[in-house]
Amino acid sequence: MVEYFIDLRQRFFASDIWWSFKSSPLVVIAAFITVIIIFSSVFASYVAPYNPFDLAQFDLMDALKPPAWMAEGTSKFLLGTDDQGRDVLSTILYGSRVSLLVGFLSVIFAMIIGIVVGLIAGYSGGWVDAVLMRIADVQLSFPAILIALLVDGIARGLLPKNSHDELAIYVLIVAIALSFWVQYARTVRSSTMVERTKEYVQAAQVIGLPKLLILFRHILPNVMGPVLVIATIQLALAVITEATLSFLGVGVPPTSPSLGTLIRVGNDYLFSGEWWITVFPGLALVILVLAVNILGDWLRDALNPKLR
Amino acid sequence: MLAVAFIAFAMFQFVGDPISNLVGQDTSTEEREQLKQDLGLNDSIVVQFGHFIGNAVQGEFGKSYRLRKPVKELIAERFPATLELSLLSAFIALLVGIPMGVYTALRRDSWLAQGFMTLSLIGISLPTFLIGIFLILFFGVMLQWLPTFGRGETVDLGWWTTGFLTVSGWKSLIMPAITLAIFQMTLIVRLIRAEMLEVLRSDYIKFARARGLKERSISFSHALKNTLVPVITIIGLQIGSLIAFAIITESVFQWPGMGLLFIQAIEEVDIPIMSAYLLLIAFVFVLINLIVDVLYYAIDPRLRMN
Repeated sequence: MVEYFIDLRQRFFASDIWWSFKSSPLVVIAAFITVIIIFSSVFASYVAPYNPFDLAQFDLMDALKPPAWMAEGTSKFLLGTDDQGRDVLSTILYGSRVSLLVGFLSVIFAMIIGIVVGLIAGYSGGWVDAVLMRIADVQLSFPAILIALLVDGIARGLLPKNSHDELAIYVLIVAIALSFWVQYARTVRSSTMVERTKEYVQAAQVIGLPKLLILFRHILPNVMGPVLVIATIQLALAVITEATLSFLGVGVPPTSPSLGTLIRVGNDYLFSGEWWITVFPGLALVILVLAVNILGDWLRDALNPKLR
Repeated sequence: MLAVAFIAFAMFQFVGDPISNLVGQDTSTEEREQLKQDLGLNDSIVVQFGHFIGNAVQGEFGKSYRLRKPVKELIAERFPATLELSLLSAFIALLVGIPMGVYTALRRDSWLAQGFMTLSLIGISLPTFLIGIFLILFFGVMLQWLPTFGRGETVDLGWWTTGFLTVSGWKSLIMPAITLAIFQMTLIVRLIRAEMLEVLRSDYIKFARARGLKERSISFSHALKNTLVPVITIIGLQIGSLIAFAIITESVFQWPGMGLLFIQAIEEVDIPIMSAYLLLIAFVFVLINLIVDVLYYAIDPRLRMN
């Protein structure tokens, strides 16, 4: 067992992917930043200097303090405080947790929908394929954010008003997932159509395995590669979409703010000169998205044999 | 188009009860039934859908639940603002994006081209609303050069209100238009560069060089022209995202356009406005596709032959 892992480790360090990772400093930096952001937001309750949701830990007297290096700032609050006296750095850490959570869950959800639709469309062909792909085409001609807005709006209409805030985060995840599944479906469909004609699938059909087993146990592992690349790129997009929707006021409520909600709240203070409440969450968002984008671009090129 | 119309209609049907939106608490059941009959809500779904389409074609979408005004008026009021904003930003994006794209393709290894490419990567990673906020912070709050919200003074031309005729109108327009333009610009730069690099490798460019044509005439009348066909397809598709990003831009700058109206409608679950906006956008999409098809013929003489 141990030998197996050592062998796996050696194979990893000898692989092309590790080599192309090592040889690009930009990608290494991006990976480093991504890991730091993910780590510090997952463990926000340990890393952050304060807990912004614990009423005992912030004081209105500390409200609107500028960052530590400015004349009126204190070293207590590195990036300043917001209108309620909460430490901006801590709210950013907790906020990126919400942003990443929504991003990851919506990407996974979109991936599941996309894979299932793609497998079914690619394997069955005929009118099922035609109908599913026509739906996908129609949706693709609309920008994702517009669809997310619509799903969000309709969900708001269907749900009772007083549960909006509690359910907002789930509505958001579903809305983003429903606007992003098409990419996966199209990719999985085209690779499934290729795999379907291969001998191992025909062999499985001959020995009479059920259709579902063939789809998920035999074909799925062979079409996952490109799906993972799309997922990385979509993660950045999902985080942006979440931030945008929250900024527009139809996303995560201010009670459990994400980066977008923080930017929205801080935006009101921009004109009175308290720029740090908006700018730091904004920068955090940009750095996160940029790092994930660079990683996604690299992964796409590294896994594409044509570009080697 | 019909599919979208059906979704818009379905929203009316299943989301919320129009009766309880129209009457007060103490209306009796008989009165409610009477109202339902008058409004045609007891007809079959097919008949109601027919009515809905008939009204939509005439531009009647009913009254906004929240503002108590006909949706038609609200949209007509806001439409000029959005159109002026989108047109100006598309203009900026094309005017700056095409030369930048051509330059990065022709002088691929120069530091300026590398700089443009880095900028475009950052441009893609920056969410539209952040660009807007940063612009507001620098030019509106710190330097106080430009107004940060609204349209400024507008001139009423009867059926059209325009901000193009006043100084304050132009000043208010600059920042939103740039915000909206940056995203499209980055896309246009990358697209033109990729297409152009492909075209420059093709045989007819080599042949043009062999004929001893000037480099300038090769780049612009041979290479760029052939680049434009796929580029126009994608730019046409991008107009859709122009509309979507106009919603965000309008929200950041409190621009009194349709996008802002739509966002407020979503917050308040104002179904008539939502469905009218949806139909309007679908209509714009169909229109754009038509224009793109016509443009193909204008650019590519090969299509005109058959």
